[in-house]
Parts: sequence; C-alpha cells; structure tokens
Amino acid sequence: MFKRWILTLFVTCLTFSQVARAELELVITEGIDSARPIGIVPFKWHGEGKLPQDISAIISSDLQRSGKFSPVATNKMPQTPYKDSDINYEAWTRMGVDAIVTGEVKLNAQGKYEITYKLIDVVRGQLTKGQSKALNSSGELVLTRDHILVNKVASLSKKQLRKYAHRISDVVYEKLTGERGAFLTRIAYVVVNDDSQYPYQLRIADYDGYNERLVLKSKQPIMSPAWSPDGKKLAYVSFENRKSQIFIMNIYTGKRELIASYPRHNGAPRFSHDGEELAIVLSKSGSLHVYIVNLKTKNMRQITRGRSNNTEPFWAPDNKSLIFTSDRGGKPQIYRVNLSDGLTKRLTWQGSQNLGGQITPDGKFIVMVNRSETGFNLAKQDLETGAVQVLTKTLLDESPSIAPNGGMVIYSSIYRKQNVLSMVSIDGRFKARLPATNGRVRAPAWSPFL
Amino acid sequence: MQLNKLLKSLLIALPVVALSACSSSDSATDSTAGQETTNKGAQEQTDTAVVSPIDAEAQMTEEEIRAQAEQELRKVQTVYFAFDNSTISSEYQDMLAAHAAFLSKSSNVKVTVEGHADERGTPEYNIALGERRASAVAKYLQALGVSADQISIVSYGEEKPLVLGQSAEDYAKNRRAVLVY
Repeated sequence: MFKRWILTLFVTCLTFSQVARAELELVITEGIDSARPIGIVPFKWHGEGKLPQDISAIISSDLQRSGKFSPVATNKMPQTPYKDSDINYEAWTRMGVDAIVTGEVKLNAQGKYEITYKLIDVVRGQLTKGQSKALNSSGELVLTRDHILVNKVASLSKKQLRKYAHRISDVVYEKLTGERGAFLTRIAYVVVNDDSQYPYQLRIADYDGYNERLVLKSKQPIMSPAWSPDGKKLAYVSFENRKSQIFIMNIYTGKRELIASYPRHNGAPRFSHDGEELAIVLSKSGSLHVYIVNLKTKNMRQITRGRSNNTEPFWAPDNKSLIFTSDRGGKPQIYRVNLSDGLTKRLTWQGSQNLGGQITPDGKFIVMVNRSETGFNLAKQDLETGAVQVLTKTLLDESPSIAPNGGMVIYSSIYRKQNVLSMVSIDGRFKARLPATNGRVRAPAWSPFL
Repeated sequence: MQLNKLLKSLLIALPVVALSACSSSDSATDSTAGQETTNKGAQEQTDTAVVSPIDAEAQMTEEEIRAQAEQELRKVQTVYFAFDNSTISSEYQDMLAAHAAFLSKSSNVKVTVEGHADERGTPEYNIALGERRASAVAKYLQALGVSADQISIVSYGEEKPLVLGQSAEDYAKNRRAVLVY
C-alpha cells in the first residue's frame, strides 16, 4: 500500500506550465450562409509598430464562432470608417450589413492602451442620416443620434487587451441578440497523447483555444472534468492509483481534495449550480448509482437504487431535480428524478439509446447523445413537447457540454480516426471543428460565466 | 504495467528452472525489489537450460507437467467479448480455469480484473459495460473457488483502447477484460 502511494507521487505531476501550442483554429463546416452579416472595421492604431493584440480580429472571430454572425472580410468592405459621420450607410446596407463595430486605439500618457469603440445600427443611421432627434425630459427637441448603440472608452494594460476584446464581443453580442455572450469563458478537456511520458493530460484554455494551460498530467486515464459554478475548481476522475477516484482541484492553487475512493467505480462528478453539492456515481453496490455528496458536511445520500446502471447525473437549473442515464428499461435512456420525493420519470423515447443528457440553462431543452440508424449523434429534446431535433452528423458524437449562455454546444467526435472537439449551435445550423494538434482531445467541459 | 511484464517473463522463465513454480512466483509479485533479481537469475538459467530441454521435461512428475500446462494457459490474460455483451465465451474456459487454479492455490496473490469497452456510446456508460465484463470474469473465477477478496475490479470503459480505429475488428479487440496480477 505504501509503495502504491510512492508510485503515485511519480505517476501524477501537477504543473501549471503554459503549453506551447497554437490556438484551436476553427474549421467552420456548416452555417455561414444563415449567419447575419456584420462589419467589424479593423481598429485604427495610433501608435508605433503593431498593436500587441489585433482587437478587431478577436471580435470578428468571436462573433463568427457564435454562429450568429458572419463578419465581412476586410477586403470586401466598402470603406473602413472610424467616425460615424464618415459612414456610407447605403454602401453597407447594400451588402446586407445592418451593424458596424469600429474603434481606435492609442497609448495614453500613463502608458495604457486607450480603446474607443462604437457599435452602430446601420439601418437606423441610414434612416435618420445620423441626425435623429427626440424630446428630452424638459420637452426640448435634441439630437439623440440613436443609431449609435454603444460608445465606450477604456484604458488597459497590454495584458488586459485580449480579455477586453472578448468583453467588446460580449457587449456587441448582447446588444444585437438580446442574449448574454459567452466569450469570456473557458474550456477544460482531456488530451490523450500516446507518445508522451504522461499520456493523459487535463488542460484548460480560453473558449477559443488561446492561453492553453496544462493543469494535470498522469500515466493513467483522466475522465469527466466538471467546473464548479465559480469557475475556480474542477472535479474530475483519475485512475492514477490504478483505480478510479474523484478529486476536486483548485485550478489556481493546484490544491487537490480526494472526494470519493470507494471500491469499484467512482465517476461522473457534477457540481450543483449553487456549488454546495456534488452529484457522483459509485458502483460499490454492484452497479452504477447516482449519489449526492454535500461538499461542506461530506454527508452522502443515494439517489438511484436497484440492479440497473445509473450514471451521467446533471442538475436542473433550480437544483431540485437531476437527469441521469439509466438502463433500467434495457437500453440506456434518460430519466429525471425529483430530489424531494424521489419521483422518477423517463424523458427520452426516440432512438434506441439516449445518453449523456445536459439541460440548457433556461431549463427548456435537454441536449443528449442519441443513437439511431445513423449512429451516435447529438440531439436536442424540447422538455415540454418532447420534440427531438438531431443537431449533428459527425462520427461517434459524445460528451456534449453547453455554453453558459445556452448558445453553443461543444462535444467530442471522431475525425480522421482521432478524437477531436467540435461545436454546434443550439439551433443546429452552425457547425465547426477544432482540429486536434498533439493527441486525441476528449471530454470537453465549458466553464460557467467568468 | 511493468509488474505485469515482469510476471510474464517470470512465467516464461520458470518452467525450465527446477520448479515448485507457483509458490516462487507468488512471492515475486509481492515484492518488486525481490522480483527484479529473481527475474534476472531466472533468465540466465533459462539460457543454460536450453541445452537439454527434453531432459528437464523428462524429469518432471505428472504434477509438474500439469503445472506447466497451467502456466502456459495463464500467459493468456485477456478475454474478449461481443458487442454490448458480457457473456464469457467457452473458448476461455481452460484459460480461466488455469488462473482460478493458480489463485486458489495461492491465497496471498491478488488479481485485478480490468474491464474495457469499445468507443461507441458515452464514456460514462461505457464504464458500466467495462465493469460488467470485469465482473463476469470475477464471478467466473469465484465460481471456480477463488476467494472474493483476492479479486478487485477496475473498469476503464473506453479510456484505454488496445487499438485505435473504427473497424469492427478494432472494436472487437477493445471489448475485453484483462487479468492483471
């Protein structure tokens, strides 16, 4: 036993080193046509050399990745205006563009980067010639210029530039769609690189693949990373001691806490949305069952019972019920259990199997892995009507994880014999692939809003 | 993994060495340090013993010959399964019986049965499939008289495929249970 623990020290190695690797470059496979054209004018830089971060390129990439916007290529733009008075509204509307983002950056006296940017409603601008007027509170007719939807200034350090670019994307996205943007989020995932001394690696990156960091590497498999609601911790399963164990790790301090190490399997951890409890799956009784651990008291209660297998718990937004996968009816299907009275109901009926369910943040849909004649694909089921829409048609789709704004789903699939990450918009129109670079990429987990 | 390899080489080397084989390989699995030297010694002796292998066999008692056959069978440590299935095919009867005989004779030896699934289905549900397979092998060994506390089970689900690929053959190789001493 003692030897085992010594071995563990060698097997697992905590690191926070930055992995030298390019961003996960997105390959859009479907859905550019249906997206809304938008003009992201290259921001004007009043300094010397190059701007450390290409702000407008980041915004453009963000909006494109959302699946809702199709930024016009710079060389197709009729003009690159920086003042709203310079805008040729007709030229833009002719291209079907109804909104423009434009901005300027300069170094201020304090050595900070001062960013000024505007979001302009082109249609409104064309209508009012940029000179809209309205009555103010004292009944006077004043110039409102209401075609300028956003006009902001911020001064930032060099390190903050990339983050601020995502912030601008969030503002633009919310103003134009009415929904919160998820551009300041992260993704955790497991990379399996068979050539490495530590083939199993838990990594974290910005949602767009930048700033990738290795947080844990091991000689044995790592599974099922799940974020705490504050975005500071990850729960995951590690086989580093030649058995499955559930840990919670603080990603900033590297401190790990062993949560479960029962005989047989310990898996599928999932934080409740208030972060107070952790749903886990144990098979100490002989088959997989869902349990809930109170993270403060460490008290544990069993949720499912019987001889069947029950796994993949996921909390409803109100934490009052869980959905989970069970083979109690033969093949795996998704069920919902009320935590107050234990009342359990089968939710999925279409397809020979349905597994790995996640509830959208609004509580209206589940996204799941659906098995049909075409194989394993992601599908979305309306929880009220029961209507099912198949979202993907890639190979062996699994491990869906929904963005905190409910707009996009990231998942694992097979492309050229490798596990790669793919994305699909919640309406199924926009599809993209994040090519694997050094290893098989599995088990993506989208962080909460950060 | 390394332990496994060492044991395998032990199993190959031991028959040729004058053997009360079972008991000596038992103690070897318990101590890694001791095993290293035992193993080296055994290999050297293997080289010299190759000169007259028939003589060595001729001197064996029936008991020893049976023990050797059992060892041969125990070199096989993997049971393969059909899709979505955890039934042990009859072709593994002899092999599992050999492992069971060894384990029942050596109550201080522990074995881990690792269960694996192919990549179809979700990683979490494949844990259930792997566990069912490992459990089927464990129950089989118990039915042949192996004590339950000698056996532990680990399901890796689809996390440790033997081969990568999406053909029926690839999948068949990945649906397995492995006895690891």
